[in-house]
Amino acid sequence: MTETFPRIEPLGEAALLVRFAARLDDAANRACVAFRAALEAEPLPGVVETASSLGSVLVRVEGDPGTVDAALRDRLAAMDWARVPPPPRRLWTIPCSYGGEDGPQLAEAAGLAGLSPEDAVAALSSARVRVLALGFAPGMPYLGILPEAWDLPRQTGLTPKVPEGALVVAVRQLVLFGTSAPTGWRQVGRTAFGCFRPDRPRPIALSPGDEVTFPAVSPDELRTRAEADAEGHGGAKCEVME
Amino acid sequence: MMEVLSSGPLVTVQDDGRPGHLAQGLARGGAADALARLEARALLDEIGAGIEIPGAPLRLRLHVPALIALTGAPMRADAAGRRLLWNAAHALAEGDVLDLKPSGEGAYSYLHVEGGFDTDTVMGSRTAHLIAGIGMPLAAGDTLPCAASRGSDRKIVPIPRLGGGMLRLVPTPQTRLFPKGERDRFEATTFTRDPRGNRQGVRLAFEGEGFATEGQLNLLSDFILPGDVQMTGDGVPYILGPECQTTGGYPRIGTVIGADLPRALQARPGAALTFRFVTVDEARAATHRRPAATPLVRSPAEVADLGAMQLVSGVVSARMEDE
Repeated sequence: MTETFPRIEPLGEAALLVRFAARLDDAANRACVAFRAALEAEPLPGVVETASSLGSVLVRVEGDPGTVDAALRDRLAAMDWARVPPPPRRLWTIPCSYGGEDGPQLAEAAGLAGLSPEDAVAALSSARVRVLALGFAPGMPYLGILPEAWDLPRQTGLTPKVPEGALVVAVRQLVLFGTSAPTGWRQVGRTAFGCFRPDRPRPIALSPGDEVTFPAVSPDELRTRAEADAEGHGGAKCEVME
Repeated sequence: MMEVLSSGPLVTVQDDGRPGHLAQGLARGGAADALARLEARALLDEIGAGIEIPGAPLRLRLHVPALIALTGAPMRADAAGRRLLWNAAHALAEGDVLDLKPSGEGAYSYLHVEGGFDTDTVMGSRTAHLIAGIGMPLAAGDTLPCAASRGSDRKIVPIPRLGGGMLRLVPTPQTRLFPKGERDRFEATTFTRDPRGNRQGVRLAFEGEGFATEGQLNLLSDFILPGDVQMTGDGVPYILGPECQTTGGYPRIGTVIGADLPRALQARPGAALTFRFVTVDEARAATHRRPAATPLVRSPAEVADLGAMQLVSGVVSARMEDE
């Protein structure tokens, strides 16, 4: 199958999908964030909602999606969206307890990545990843892009349930679960970071483009720091990057 | 105001949902059966937020006179010593107790009141989204603010959608990842609605091998919309509902069109479901018209049949799998 990007295709009967890549790609993800920002800044007639994912932009339309198609194509062709400078972003430092009960599949994931569990923790706790997209559950980040060794397939069978705050890995990405849910990704650690708190002044903490690290802490320290964090960010620090 | 005297599980306030937050990973949500709201609109002037009842009993006391509408999966409804016809609007008096019991047909029932229930809004909607932690199921002692309303009893002929049947699909960007033989087999297979299902999605059971694509465990996670038919890792399809995840990595073989999604979600466990691909143009043309309400003149023939009463819910608390 040969495909050229970016491409526009129907999504259901009331939306269009602008896809920048079929595979995980940093430049394509940056293009998604920039293109979506431009659609929000200067909305096209008929468009009622936009959102960016890892490699695509959703354009929800009121009425016939066909009427928006031409204008969307023009907008898409106007520039190289991967080269648009990123907006101001933040660096989050989110403590994480790796392995043991907090990361029951650490050894398995490390083995698939060709690493010892100790080396896997060293790699993951020092990796600086970017919020590529929010999705699945409210405020829940897809983070990447991890080195090639972490291109692990999802499990064929599902883990029946990981807890809220679980840090899971697959396909060169980390996901920080915003809810307790079944998953095909492997749980390597646990944070106490609340991705979505409806009663918080800013209910959804992260934004696409934010950068994140997950330094290793002991299970006890994770819980102690989480209890002291009234905002529900699990003892995370947040700083604005220059 | 109405007071909840008792409520079965997972009875929630629902409206047309909370659109506009897909970028933040929050699904629109809203009533599982949009046609039940279309019918309620035919029966009332302004429906606002209503109550969605997933095969559970519910008893309410009215503290104001109210014109109510009963739509969706039929329930046995009693108030002030009389049986109330389903798919109808009824003027009830202050002090009346409305008693609703599942009848065994369909999965989601709806109670609306003229003007709507004036419960708290979160991010612009009264819709409960339990998976996201917004709102709570109704419980005994809850009070549901609503204005006094009056009007004449009336009825509609409901849009047929209970008991399963054929569902039309439009292709998704991942449809072509399934070989033609697999797509043909999918259209030729008769599925049954599995007991595992909720507002996030319903699992489909079937005989035979799972439906697979090449490399589906390594797909780039992408947008999901309600109605998407997603194949999990073992090739078992799920039809996704109003509280579905906003993105996911398992491939979607198609999307159930909006006109047929209520039929999919109203199917009870064991109901047969089949699929047929249509074009986007066909999907857009397949819209339902609001039915016309006619005056309700009570006669014995219109009293709901209580024959096969059963109190088993069509909805169980089973979380859908996804990423």
